[in-house]
Amino acid sequence: MLAGVIHQIMSGIATGGIYASVALALVMIYQATHHVNFAQGEMATFSTYIALTFINAGFPYWIAFTAAVVVSFAIGVAIERVLMRPLANAPILASVGVFVGLLLIVNSLSGWFFDYTIKQFPTPFPDRPMLGGYLSGHELGSTAVTLIVLLSVYLFFRHTRLGLAMRAAAFNATSSRLVGVRVGWMLALGWGLAAAIGAVAGCMVAPIVFLDPNMMSGILLYAFAGALLGGIDNPLGAVLGGFAVGIIENLGGAYLVGTELKLTLALAIIVMVLTIKPTGLMGRKVYSRV
Amino acid sequence: MTNMRTPWLIAVLVLLAAIVPVARFTDYHLFQLTMVVVYAIAILGLSLLTGFNGQISLGHGAFYAIGAYTTAILMTTWNMPYWLTLPVSAVVCACVGFVLGLPALRLGGLYLALTTFALAVAIPQILKYKAFEEWTGGVQGLVIDKPDAPFGLPLSPDQWLYLFTVAIAVVLYIVAWNIVRGRMGRAMMAIRDHAMAAEAMGINLPIVKTRAFALSAMYTGLAGSLGAIAVQFVAPDSFQVFVSIFLFVGLVVGGASSIGGTLIGAAFIEFIPNLADKVSKAAPSAVYGVILIAVMFLMPAGAGGFLHAMWRKLFRARSGQDGVPGPVEAVSYESDPGLTVPATALKPRSPETVSRND
Repeated sequence: MLAGVIHQIMSGIATGGIYASVALALVMIYQATHHVNFAQGEMATFSTYIALTFINAGFPYWIAFTAAVVVSFAIGVAIERVLMRPLANAPILASVGVFVGLLLIVNSLSGWFFDYTIKQFPTPFPDRPMLGGYLSGHELGSTAVTLIVLLSVYLFFRHTRLGLAMRAAAFNATSSRLVGVRVGWMLALGWGLAAAIGAVAGCMVAPIVFLDPNMMSGILLYAFAGALLGGIDNPLGAVLGGFAVGIIENLGGAYLVGTELKLTLALAIIVMVLTIKPTGLMGRKVYSRV
Repeated sequence: MTNMRTPWLIAVLVLLAAIVPVARFTDYHLFQLTMVVVYAIAILGLSLLTGFNGQISLGHGAFYAIGAYTTAILMTTWNMPYWLTLPVSAVVCACVGFVLGLPALRLGGLYLALTTFALAVAIPQILKYKAFEEWTGGVQGLVIDKPDAPFGLPLSPDQWLYLFTVAIAVVLYIVAWNIVRGRMGRAMMAIRDHAMAAEAMGINLPIVKTRAFALSAMYTGLAGSLGAIAVQFVAPDSFQVFVSIFLFVGLVVGGASSIGGTLIGAAFIEFIPNLADKVSKAAPSAVYGVILIAVMFLMPAGAGGFLHAMWRKLFRARSGQDGVPGPVEAVSYESDPGLTVPATALKPRSPETVSRND
């Protein structure tokens, strides 16, 4: 029993790491623009297909991986420049409409270019049990990759000029503009980074759930739940929330509701957080003047 | 003058729309038209919530599914006649909508969109759940019979079902039209445009918002019931998240706060996939996506809003010669002239109109 629980918690941490990265991508865009990117999951799936294309073309795994991340970054910047910029001050319905449109387009492009069959995706990690049999090689490896990504994002925002400028632009666009921060480009950069993080998450999750155009729709939901649980305006909270949701999902799936209602569990978490503590566990309460 | 004639014009158009297809169309085309009417009712429900009350829902497929399942379960398990399932389905969906409207009260625009989106993703799983399998038929779903025309009318089942659906739709549209133009509708729109000001004017925010949610769920649920009868089949996989997204697409294309636009939106989501399917399996949603974004950029009020603006321009050009300003906003309050003043004051269109109101 105890071994079973530990096993569930460990693999919860492994999947939670993936939710944490997607949640982080969501929070980055939310912080900068106060939009929630409904297309984040489909964009990550598309990035994973790009990686697969490079691998099938004969490139080594890590080069294909890096290429996918770079291409995704460019796509993210391009989307911000072309689609999001004109809607900066549009009503919420318009931005939700564009995000939903983006979701539909990216999803069908994945199907169009790479067809709808379910594909295997290789893992660069050894395929044997690790840590006394609690985790597979891939689970351990992907957790490590996720942690590296999260750490480097943290270092980037804390200790580089660019990171500081991006935080400033998100915090107070007008003042940042006055001190010479190019706010528009900071937003585009934020989108690029979010897309790149999504690409990493996609490549890490694809070996587990297999690759098809709708791979991320469930994962996006868990990431939403994680981001909300931790507080949607707090990157660290979102990361912890992502891990927490991963663990809750695994324990709940094993002992509480069964695997059939896992998505409903995510829905329940979202509704509970939003009704009981809308700021999440670590979010700030925002007051606005009227 | 034109306003006096409009109801008659609409009545004649509706009669034509009911009779001509029955007399001329094949059963398959009638089925498609039935689905257009069904989608139109569903989108009308969404429009009442999102367009007129400003609560964005990306999960109305859930209500559509609940309506469809209510009808299917009543017809298979309890052998209820199809027409008797509609009031039951309306009550069930309104109750579910009311209950879901309670947490929605605490959720601002984007969060509500997100939560309802989660609902839409989760609904097939809930429908497949083992504990309900006795009623829902699990993954297999339920098969129901197509009703025959009553009283020995010389109509095929498809013809009868089309007339039946149109009749229900007419009632629902008239009710919606009156609600929107009445006290409830004005309260809904006031909340949409400025919640705090609406509250200061004495509108009870929670009551109006939850009622709007219940009303909207009832409409979409009824559409689900009619859709289930027309398709003769319900299964969890027919109510994937894309149903909700397509309803949202139809809403935006038709115009979020345009009652007539719901018909355009419904025709759009029924016929575009048929046309685009010939190109590729992926094409329908790509076309949806592109058009959705294009509408957001070029025609934010949707096709309905666009046509209405054209109509108003035409009407104003004619009546302008008599020195009578035309209706001012998308919904004009002729019965309550006091309300047209702030509308014009906010958006002065022609110097002539403004000076009259000053």
